[in-house]
Amino acid sequence: MRLTYPDSIRIIRLPCTGKVDVIHIMKAFQKGADGVYVVGCLEGECHFLTGNLRARKRVEYTKSLLDEIGIGGERLEMYNIAASDGPRFAEVAKEMHERIMALGPNPIRGALKRKKAA
Amino acid sequence: MIVAERKPIEEIMGFIRDCKRVLLVGCNECVTVCYAGGKKEVEILASALTMAFMKEGRELEVKEVTLERQCDHEYLEEIRKIIDEYDAVISLACGVGVQFLAEKYFRTPVFPGVNTLFMGVTEERGVWAERCQGCGQCILSQTAGICPVSRCAKRLLNGPCGGSTRGKCEINPELDCAWQLIIDRLKELGRLEDYETLIPIKDWSTERAGGPRKLVREDLQ
Repeated sequence: MRLTYPDSIRIIRLPCTGKVDVIHIMKAFQKGADGVYVVGCLEGECHFLTGNLRARKRVEYTKSLLDEIGIGGERLEMYNIAASDGPRFAEVAKEMHERIMALGPNPIRGALKRKKAA
Repeated sequence: MIVAERKPIEEIMGFIRDCKRVLLVGCNECVTVCYAGGKKEVEILASALTMAFMKEGRELEVKEVTLERQCDHEYLEEIRKIIDEYDAVISLACGVGVQFLAEKYFRTPVFPGVNTLFMGVTEERGVWAERCQGCGQCILSQTAGICPVSRCAKRLLNGPCGGSTRGKCEINPELDCAWQLIIDRLKELGRLEDYETLIPIKDWSTERAGGPRKLVREDLQ
């Protein structure tokens, strides 16, 4: 297919999105990620039955937590894409990239840079 | 178990506004089971507070510790060596743990990270409900194992009241009428005649009405 997607995206592979925990997403933001999105299998298609459904609930909870601390829940999203659906994967990557570009950098980026420099 | 829920981050931030180093103490017992103050929640709160401070251009050092229990001397002793290095402690234990920690470390400010709600059960994953109010005089033997003190809005000892409709309580259509539950179970047990026996006036002095309670077992002292 030779599809391209924005090179701002780093993929972290997991056996199932059911493995994603709130703390994993929080740590990503704490380390300076501008946005995070979790891509699971289509609903009803989870090999482990409910992994992707659980992931969505955790993502929703983390969004509220990010809102609470002023990082912004809109920097986080959950998508369900079939493993064979390359075009949709590229489309979502672009969509998320554009959303984050519009939002600007993670508000703690500045503090992280200063800390590194010190 | 004792059921609790995390306080809003903003409220916790308010407690530690002037702090630079904070000790975040979780508890491995009830609050772990209800996902409010175990090791995982300590990690999440530490991360959230660190980011919230960074966003304001300030730095916060958070040390994470999760103790086996916060309602026993021996486990609270585990932080004695490090506690003086911190400006304040946030305890994610229930109100009991927070108080015992504060009592033990008199000179360190101790703040609660959770709101303690009730003694209850896990009805299903993510759903907890009250089952006991610690009234100090259990009457479950007379009420088919269903407690009207904790589950009836009016704490009626001889119910139901007129507000019971189709098995539900008048204060909330989703709330089961405790007395309906009692009658249903008595029927099932073939002990409906127990319902005819009036429960005498309860001595509420063993409940909170009699002031803070204490239990002493000399055989164990």
